Amino acid sequence: MYKIVKKTELTTNIYLMDVEAKRVAKSCQPGQFVIVRMDAEGERIPLTICDYNREHGTVTIVFQSVGAGTQMMANLKEGDSFHDFVGPLGCPSELIKESPEDLQKKKILFVAGGVGAAPVYPQVKWLHENGVKADVIVGSKTKDLLILEKEMQEVAGNLYITTDDGSYGRSGMVTQTIKDLMAEGKQYDVCIAIGPMIMMKFVCLLTKELNLPTVVSLNPIMVDGTGMCGACRVTVDGKVKFACVDGPEFDGHAVNFDEAMRRQTLYRTEEGRATLKLQEGDTHHGGCGNCN
Amino acid sequence: MDVLKKIPVREQDAKERAANFEEVCLGYNQEEAQCEAARCINCKNAQCVKGCPVAIDIPGFIEKVKDGQIEEAYQIISQSSALPAVCGRVCPQESQCEGKCIRGIKGEPISIGKLERFVADWAREHGIKPVVTAEKKGKSVAVIGSGPAGLTCAGDLAKMGYDVTIFEALHEPGGVLVYGIPEFRLPKKDVVAEEIENVKALGVKIETNVVVGKSVTIDELLQEEGFDAVFIGSGAGLPKFMGIPGENSNGVFSANEYLTRSNLMKAFDGNSNTPIMHSKKVAVVGGGNVAMDAARTALRLGAEVHIVYRRSEEELPARVEEVHHAKEEGIIFDLLTNPTEILADDKGWVTGMKCIRMELGEPDASGRRRPVEIPGSEFTMELDTVIMSLGTSPNPLISSTTEGLETNKWKCIVAEEANGQTSKEGVYAGGDAVTGAATVILAMGAGKAAAKGIDEYLSTK
Repeated sequence: MYKIVKKTELTTNIYLMDVEAKRVAKSCQPGQFVIVRMDAEGERIPLTICDYNREHGTVTIVFQSVGAGTQMMANLKEGDSFHDFVGPLGCPSELIKESPEDLQKKKILFVAGGVGAAPVYPQVKWLHENGVKADVIVGSKTKDLLILEKEMQEVAGNLYITTDDGSYGRSGMVTQTIKDLMAEGKQYDVCIAIGPMIMMKFVCLLTKELNLPTVVSLNPIMVDGTGMCGACRVTVDGKVKFACVDGPEFDGHAVNFDEAMRRQTLYRTEEGRATLKLQEGDTHHGGCGNCN
Repeated sequence: MDVLKKIPVREQDAKERAANFEEVCLGYNQEEAQCEAARCINCKNAQCVKGCPVAIDIPGFIEKVKDGQIEEAYQIISQSSALPAVCGRVCPQESQCEGKCIRGIKGEPISIGKLERFVADWAREHGIKPVVTAEKKGKSVAVIGSGPAGLTCAGDLAKMGYDVTIFEALHEPGGVLVYGIPEFRLPKKDVVAEEIENVKALGVKIETNVVVGKSVTIDELLQEEGFDAVFIGSGAGLPKFMGIPGENSNGVFSANEYLTRSNLMKAFDGNSNTPIMHSKKVAVVGGGNVAMDAARTALRLGAEVHIVYRRSEEELPARVEEVHHAKEEGIIFDLLTNPTEILADDKGWVTGMKCIRMELGEPDASGRRRPVEIPGSEFTMELDTVIMSLGTSPNPLISSTTEGLETNKWKCIVAEEANGQTSKEGVYAGGDAVTGAATVILAMGAGKAAAKGIDEYLSTK
């Protein structure tokens, strides 16, 4: 069992948890992920590692309650435990394989969308600890949904916040901020974009035009997370890759996003039914497509 | 009673079982088992034992069954096998023990598998555990993977007096017994979980949720965690795909994914939180036991299911019993047929599969006649789901993170057949991780050989 030592609701429906998982905390690196299960019947849910404390043996996860599984997860309290917490899975971020000296010479731009701020944070923090200042754009639908602003501020070089509705920071999509920064004379050698698939797609379309190499982190449907099932297969540069073992980071300009987005809809109806069942409980009768 | 014929085993009716996940084969009762055991002529130079990868004293246990001493029969089997209830169900006996049975020369061989299963089930129902008496050796061994190879190796080492810890990547121990083989062939709670409990009763510890190569490396286990030796039984879990157009469409699954969802995650049960696609018409590509398992699972979930295989029935790698069961249940076999493309609608969902008819030509390297395309025979099957069951290969997670561990060009770990020794000192391996996908019992044989090898190594250290 893996105890939840801290739980915070960062904003509506987005939660942060510190979980006791000694083996994961000891060996994880920025860019990797874990798979959790709430109870003996639970689904295996992949989540990016947001932070870790090797001394305390804890790992920080951030998640948005969207499906039935994550909604139940949101009901867990401090002191409760996850039934399973396995990792670290996937490859560490490419960035951390370079020497700090080489990295210090690079101008790095992170682009985070929504909950994508969570997986971006440990990378920026790692760079900060190694004396590298990276610029960060965080995009959010509205001010209310913005997460980890303070934490990001402490480790980022320049932090640019933008909201779709203009309720805070700059206004518009993250792609607009990238364009604006370029117009302001900023130059970057590499971009790391993590967020909803649609955001990563449009960031990549733009950065390709700008000739800015871009790395993305994908979060497709997975079961085991160790290369066993192939549910997470994505096409990169015309070749089939497994996001769980070959990724989750890939060259964003080579990823077939349209296919990846289609594949994400695979269980949408099944998931929808599960959510409905959870919300309506015993009162559920009909309307889900399963019943008459 | 005709001594030339096996006592028939009772099975669930084909029509009935096609709609449920209950076990197909119901096994012998004691009377049937004793009758069947009485057919054994107790050969002095028993060929059946030579056909068994773990060399169970087959005439010995059958003799006890004949006399109604089932507990004694169980203890005889337990000396050689940690998983008799599993093996009695999934071993290819027809090509092993039963294939060598002298009775089989004129008539049908003794139903050794069904007798083994009866003994193991009887022992479980009567709460009989394997008897162990071993002095502690004060040395510890890490076993990677809790499938048939790992469980056998761990069980044998524990019986010798070693402290054994198994590390399992998934949340539940059992490996392919849990994620791969369906409930209707191998009940999870009553059979697999119980056999694992028996291994634990020998003192073996199991730590789940540890992905060796990621959570911890082999070198860390040896140097930091104080293990004296390591056995790698991590299996062959990487699925293969055909590489044909449309294979990433929605509705194309590896057999591994489909079976893992149904078996490990229990998606077949409507109460599971893990979704599985409820298909109308499914093609399972491939002809092995895994293909049969996937097909029969899809059938039970309500689909019309076709096995699409490029060679003829004679070359089907699946056990005859499995093919027979599949046919009885209504699986349709499209043989000498090879897919060339998967078709999808504008949203990426599978709508069909283009195939071409094949004929058999000259024998190839495997000795089987090579399938050759018949020009102009292309046709399209309408489908909503395709399950690829083309075999699996070992996962490189361990070999790529362990320096000095030699692998071959198929990414299989190189290990001595006799004792499981690898190119790295103190590291042994066996099962599918070494051979590529094979059978439960061969993996158990390798686990057994490696336990002996590890004991010899640690005895001289």
